[in-house]
Amino acid sequence: MSEIDLIDLSKRFALKVDGKPQIVHALDGLNFTVRTGEVAALIGPSGCGKTTALRIAMGLDSASSGRVTVDGRVVKGCGYDRAMVFQHAELLPWLTALQNVMFGLELKGVRGELLRETAMQCLDLVGLKDSHQRRPYQLSGGMQQRVGIARALAVDPKILLMDEPFGALDAQTREDLQEQLLGIHARTGKTILFVTHDLDEAVLLADRVVVMQHGRLQEIVTVPLPRPRTDLAALRVTPEFATTRYRIWQALHAAAGTVH
Amino acid sequence: MAAADERLAAREQAEVAVTQHRWPRPAITLLSLAVVFGIWELCAPLINPVFGSYPSEIAMAFWQLARTGELWIALGQSLQPFVVGYGLAIAVGVPLGLVIGRFRTVEAALGIYVTAGYAMPLVALVPLLILWLGLGFWVKVAIIFLMSLFPICINTWLGVTAVPKSLIEVGKSFVATDAVILRRIVLPATLPYIMAGVRLAVGRAVVAMVVAEFFTSISGLGAIILKSANNFETANMFVPILLLVVLAVGLNSLIGFVERRVAPWQAEIAGRDRE
Ligand SMILES: Nc1ncnc2c1ncn2[C@@H]1O[C@H](COP(=O)(O)OP(=O)(O)OP(=O)(O)O)[C@@H](O)[C@H]1O
Ligand SMILES: [Mg+2]
Repeated sequence: MSEIDLIDLSKRFALKVDGKPQIVHALDGLNFTVRTGEVAALIGPSGCGKTTALRIAMGLDSASSGRVTVDGRVVKGCGYDRAMVFQHAELLPWLTALQNVMFGLELKGVRGELLRETAMQCLDLVGLKDSHQRRPYQLSGGMQQRVGIARALAVDPKILLMDEPFGALDAQTREDLQEQLLGIHARTGKTILFVTHDLDEAVLLADRVVVMQHGRLQEIVTVPLPRPRTDLAALRVTPEFATTRYRIWQALHAAAGTVH
Repeated sequence: MAAADERLAAREQAEVAVTQHRWPRPAITLLSLAVVFGIWELCAPLINPVFGSYPSEIAMAFWQLARTGELWIALGQSLQPFVVGYGLAIAVGVPLGLVIGRFRTVEAALGIYVTAGYAMPLVALVPLLILWLGLGFWVKVAIIFLMSLFPICINTWLGVTAVPKSLIEVGKSFVATDAVILRRIVLPATLPYIMAGVRLAVGRAVVAMVVAEFFTSISGLGAIILKSANNFETANMFVPILLLVVLAVGLNSLIGFVERRVAPWQAEIAGRDRE
């Protein structure tokens, strides 16, 4: 399994506002590590650079300076060691749910019976086995997002990068999927980095919570809840849950405080 | 249970269909045609047979031309180069448009020719083409090919530049090569634009076919038109003209049918919602 390091990561975007060139510092010396088999949550105010960090970690964007390494090797472009769940699902509209999940597998070179079987298993995992023949426009936003998760899981990456994977879901489905993700993690020991705006979710799922502000690391909060975490409802009422949640809230608050 | 569900689904779809077109649209179209042809026929006594004609006389002329086989031979002479030229235009125009749209260097190198070919009146080249290729089959193919190539190519090119970057990134995130991204993401995402180009080109290709036959004036439907006009057989002249109309409209709806088959998601996303 794999560890991913974001080292001194900076990203500048040049853009024009009213015809005047302007530089946006989306990332400004970001440093953190997600250890092998760890689940890390990335949290921070809107626009602080979470998606940018994830895209660079995936290899979709290049850093202006700094680097990303997986097990010590510098990342250049995308690879099957990592898979991304996008903030807005990004399914291919001309393919059915099943074909969308098969898409990544096919590119990886999986063929024949195994291809369909693996894709079906992954759809089953996110509770969409019965909708496998539908096309994206026939699925709700939450269902689309789940297909996106299945598509990423299908290629069996060592590192899973997820951009607000459960953001568009109703409370019930959200809890189901959170438990599914914990189950998948317990079984496979994948390294997982996910972005969220939900403090509860960060605490319930993650081993450590990375709090960002203005493209920099604000604080890393360690979650003392033991694994395996099976009964999420029970975890929510533990004092550890409440104190950890409060510490993250404070870190975010401090981050927000520096804005003004 | 499943059967009941299916029946329910079928009924709901039927209901949707009914509310969408209260009047079956083909019926409205046929009615409109009947009215127009009826009025035209009623005007028959006012029409000088040298300068015009009317439906019943045209029908007689059609029967004559069809019976001697002259019409069908001419139709064949027109359709063969049409199919070859138009087919070649699709086979060349789509890949060319895809590559121009996808790669900046190719766009810089070849884009100018496509733009020029689309904008210029290609009819101006016909005498030159006749010099090169003579008066036979291939000059017709060349004219039809040239006049339908550019709308197909330019539409495909436009479509490629409209493909959302995020979809291409899906391919990249699964380590797709440029060729795979082109074939499995850019091509399907561009299909609606390609079909629009193919539809636009069909009209141009029919024009090209007739223009080619006017210039070469040896064979095909165009030759019948010219010959009849020279002999003041105006009713005969209308036969190939109306046949061309039917041909063009038929090809158009054929393309519409293909469009719905190859890009069914497009109609759903675009959601045709109108009175
Ligand atoms: N392609 C781009 N061009 C210019 N600026 C960009 C681009 N992508 C991101 N930015 C800027 O970089 C900053 C960080 O954006 P990013 O999308 O990483 O934020 P985020 O933390 O994911 O926010 P959210 O929680 O709202 O998704 C923002 O100020 C944004 O405007
Ligand atoms: Mg984001």
